[in-house]
Amino acid sequence: MAGAGGGGCPAGGNDLQWCFSQVKGAVDEDVAEADVISTVEFSHSGDLLATGDKGGRVVIFQREQENKSRPHSRGEYNVYSTFQSHEPEFDYLKSLEIEEKINKIRWLPRQSAARFLLSTNDKTIKLWKISERDKRAEGCNLQDEDGRLRDPSSVTALRVPILKPMDLMVEANPRRIFANAHTYHINSISVNSDHETYLSADDLRINLWHLEITDRSFNIVDIKPANMEELTEVITAAEFHPHQCNVLVYSSSKGTIRLCDMRSSALCDRHSKFFEEPEDPSSRSFFSEIISSVSDVKFSHSGRYMMTRDYLSVKVWDLNMESRPVETHQVHEYLRSKLCSLYENDCIFDKFECCWNGCDSAIMTGSYNNFFRMFDRTTWRDVTLEASRENSKPRASLKPRRVCAGGKRKKDEVSVDSLDFSKKILHTAWHPAENIIAVAATNNLYIFQDKAN
Amino acid sequence: MMLSKGLKRKREEEEEEKEALAVDTWWLDPGHPAVAQAPPAVASSSLFDLSVLKLHHSLRQSEPDLRHLVLVVNTLRRIQASMAPTAALPPVPSPPTAPGIADNLLASSDAALSASMASLLEDLSHIEGLSQAPQPLVDEGPPGRPTGGAPPSLGALDLLGPATGCLLDDGLEGLFEDIDTSMYDSELWAPASEGHKSSPEDGPGKEEAPELDEAELDYLMDVLVGTQALERPPGPGR
Repeated sequence: MAGAGGGGCPAGGNDLQWCFSQVKGAVDEDVAEADVISTVEFSHSGDLLATGDKGGRVVIFQREQENKSRPHSRGEYNVYSTFQSHEPEFDYLKSLEIEEKINKIRWLPRQSAARFLLSTNDKTIKLWKISERDKRAEGCNLQDEDGRLRDPSSVTALRVPILKPMDLMVEANPRRIFANAHTYHINSISVNSDHETYLSADDLRINLWHLEITDRSFNIVDIKPANMEELTEVITAAEFHPHQCNVLVYSSSKGTIRLCDMRSSALCDRHSKFFEEPEDPSSRSFFSEIISSVSDVKFSHSGRYMMTRDYLSVKVWDLNMESRPVETHQVHEYLRSKLCSLYENDCIFDKFECCWNGCDSAIMTGSYNNFFRMFDRTTWRDVTLEASRENSKPRASLKPRRVCAGGKRKKDEVSVDSLDFSKKILHTAWHPAENIIAVAATNNLYIFQDKAN
Repeated sequence: MMLSKGLKRKREEEEEEKEALAVDTWWLDPGHPAVAQAPPAVASSSLFDLSVLKLHHSLRQSEPDLRHLVLVVNTLRRIQASMAPTAALPPVPSPPTAPGIADNLLASSDAALSASMASLLEDLSHIEGLSQAPQPLVDEGPPGRPTGGAPPSLGALDLLGPATGCLLDDGLEGLFEDIDTSMYDSELWAPASEGHKSSPEDGPGKEEAPELDEAELDYLMDVLVGTQALERPPGPGR
């Protein structure tokens, strides 16, 4: 079994007993639109967990150190910093309002005491520095302790200021603003393994940035047709390879994934590899293209595989095989016969994300009714769990859920027709090293841990 | 949040109150044996209507969600392709339709829609041309396209293109917006619709089932060019 022999990598999703750990966010039934969580991301070490919301705010949680005096806190996540990342803007030229919703957050690898992350809305990417201040200078010559300036003529002797401890203050400062490079809506950002560059992707273009330079970026992929009426396909997600700094992938609304090598050409309009699974003729319908649209693409930590999420399934691809995925996991196949209604109410356009666990032995993605799914790639077992306030007793084990697609509904099963399609889990994240997961359910953030943790 | 009819929040306890989730639309169920053949035109017509409405709604956004738009348009094309008989309609070359859309099934009944979509999508790129006026620094170093896209001169051409295109696409309608042209409606439709379909005496309302879709398209075009308020057109057989 994957991870059994390796150091530090816990077993995958299903021999574990997932338990409720924490929930963040308001309990009200009436959810303010601004509070809806739009992205969740663990830092590279897992000690910080960032969320972005529709109101343009970023909230960062920090894991508490294990504490003998509070043994049950077991590494809880508490608020570390909150700041307004993006504000609503008005583009006067086009007479359009630009939403402040945070589409993605990506952490930079840690290089100093300060922490850095990139956050983006539809048009602008910002680099934020989050730093701690726990000392302040006392005994300044030109200022009182209150900060009022002294009259220089009253200063008769000079002294050296002394650093004194103070209550910890966490500051977030925007260090770079990368603007005006995207005509269409940004859907992805990805930090390169060189730690110097990153990409941003919108519906039709992918740009390469240097983290230090804000007034220019390189366009590396452009699929805008010369004649817009020929437009039939858009870019839906993009990511850099975790180890090869010249390799990136991007997915499309037609269910294809293109891998590009920046070494072979500066302009990556021609792909190096093209991944597409041939359509199954027996399941063809008017909605085939919509449900094949890839909503998320993620490389495995190893860099050998990538995972794509389309409307009904998650697929794992071997980068060396373009013809079809090596694994296909059904997320909610029972929705296939309901596609017409889901088209009618626009749910068929929902964009679900997916994520790997630290050792790539398990994958997770969300569904409706506040359900989320985990697949163990070694044992090929899967489980459906629910993020709900009813199952929110501390350290309570989560009970697997089952959906009844038709016929006689067993006890404890949920019927397809009673699923709540307004409760969708689009964003989930898995701690990079441990079995801790963060699940965003509308305006609430749930944190679950393995019992053994 | 928009919920489809019959999708309830509560679960097991309220089974008896639930409506089934669209189980009566069996003709849309791809697993149903009857659907293996071409679906009945009337069922596809409602899906067609729905798609047209979605397209309309999407195009009316100040900044359309491009992915949603593209997916709806492609789905609409699939539906149209399944509804139009393959050999009946001759291909009609229509100026704004790019050779890229080399789909003869669509070209004839779809020209008006293509034209509207074309002009609207051109508007999108035209707007892009304008917004690139403040150009970021051009980097002469490593090869690559600096962002900023089209140079300013192309932007000027974009300004000309869609505007004249729109005028021609709409035929004479745009010019007569402020004039009540209802008595001339049948004549006005002649250039926009296919030459083979109607003589000037026929009104759009007199046509049979296959033309219902065209009336729908005409209505959509009307709304898009702003000559009609947003309301369902009266018509037989609807």
